[in-house]
Amino acid sequence: MMQTYDLQANSLRDLNAALHAQANDTNQTSWEIVNPRGSHAVAVGLDAPIEVSVKGSTGYYTAGMNKQATVHVHGSAGPGVAENMMSGTVVIEGDASQYAGATGHGGLLVIKGNASSRCGISMKGIDIVVHGNVGHMSAFMAQSGNLVVCGDAGDALGDSIYEARLFVRGSVKSLGADCIEKEMRPEHIEILRDLLERAGSDAKPEEFKRYGSARQLYNFKVDNAY
Amino acid sequence: MCGIVGLFLKDKALEPQLGALLTDMLITMTDRGPDSAGIAIYGAEDTSASKLTVQAEDPDASFDGLADKMAAALGGKVTLTRNDTHAVLQVPAGKADEARTALREIAPEVRAMSFGDTLEIYKEVGLPKDVAARFDIAKMSGTHGIGHTRMATESAVTTLGAHPFNTGSDQCLVHNGSLSNHNSLRRKLQREGIHIETQNDTEVGAAYLTWKMQNGATLGEALEASLEDLDGFFNFVVGTKDGFGVVRDPIACKPAVMAETDQYVAFGSEYRALVNLPGIETARVWEPEPATVYFWTHNQAPTPKKKAA
Repeated sequence: MMQTYDLQANSLRDLNAALHAQANDTNQTSWEIVNPRGSHAVAVGLDAPIEVSVKGSTGYYTAGMNKQATVHVHGSAGPGVAENMMSGTVVIEGDASQYAGATGHGGLLVIKGNASSRCGISMKGIDIVVHGNVGHMSAFMAQSGNLVVCGDAGDALGDSIYEARLFVRGSVKSLGADCIEKEMRPEHIEILRDLLERAGSDAKPEEFKRYGSARQLYNFKVDNAY
Repeated sequence: MCGIVGLFLKDKALEPQLGALLTDMLITMTDRGPDSAGIAIYGAEDTSASKLTVQAEDPDASFDGLADKMAAALGGKVTLTRNDTHAVLQVPAGKADEARTALREIAPEVRAMSFGDTLEIYKEVGLPKDVAARFDIAKMSGTHGIGHTRMATESAVTTLGAHPFNTGSDQCLVHNGSLSNHNSLRRKLQREGIHIETQNDTEVGAAYLTWKMQNGATLGEALEASLEDLDGFFNFVVGTKDGFGVVRDPIACKPAVMAETDQYVAFGSEYRALVNLPGIETARVWEPEPATVYFWTHNQAPTPKKKAA
């Protein structure tokens, strides 16, 4: 049965406490949050296989630290959406502000509009699919996972990147330090096909270019190892 | 942090609500900065008079007889309308700048908040709800306005450290961020003869724009130049007699959201500030691009201008 929670009538703290109280075998698997009105920290720290639908735009840190849950925002999200996500799925119907998916360890973040600066900064295994564009310094120091951009990327894409894969369909304004274009091999096409399908994008994997680390910075030199 | 709100009305029917809308927007941003708050309001133009808005620590003593002294200094009719710690001096048209200069002689303890034809700036230490209430901002009408709530980082929590800052006739500036080269720039501007009152970083930003415009730049050109010459983090929202502008530094780490409908253009540090505006559900909502000057006026089409970062 659908649980509906009105954030204008009730507190954010009570909402998150109720969502945190859901166990793995909860019967209350479907939640609808109305009147978010740009609130911060909506549905953060979830750890249960529940579906949360947010009817409107949210503020900072929406669905941060998510595990298992599916959080669907029917609006735009403020800075730090799905920050440090571990697993599960977060879908933003509108745009996302800066550092979307930052430091994420796992799960899938889908942004149907544009993401602004620093999307996927220090990502550590999360998959991020942006239907529109991403801003400057996206995937800065990215360590693992996949960032898929169906539109264009801003300045300094993948600056100081480690091992994450970056796929961009449109233009890249500039590449950051140690980030280079790489060959698109069949296994990359397969990874991309799966991600695009799960993210509801009809873009063709063959239309993308792949970028990644040239492995030339200090950390990659064996002589610099302790 | 700091919180900024701005509202530029296209629909005259909303003008009587300008103060109320801005007050509500600013109060929503209270938790971005509790130190001081201020609002700049552009009201109706009176072609026979210009305005000097002033503030005093001891308004009873300082405002007593001030209008007469100003009338004697300027030669012409001057009226004073007190509003709590502030007062608006109505001076003969075109004499607001002269009045500001004269004020330093006739009442050095009184501070000029703003000068121009339509601009009034009200600002004090305290929370937005308290500052807005003491000046009854919600009752004010106007064409456009800007509000700011401050979390102080670079200088003391004082009335003069509060935003908005007056940068020229009918011009004002609010800032979210911190400038890191304000000390060297202050020395340079002071050598150029620009008057700077405090150790505040934003005042230097405001003085920089004033200096650029004194040397022939338009406000848009001055804002573009600021992207080169100011080091640090900044979202600026500026007001002019007829317009409203926004610029973010190239790093763009300070938050900004804009909304536009047929009735208005609005700016908020966060979307929360915009949620009570009429028609926000169907407004075009977007995040302004880094290193880009946006400007709206009542006379011209909007002109976002991209500057290479």
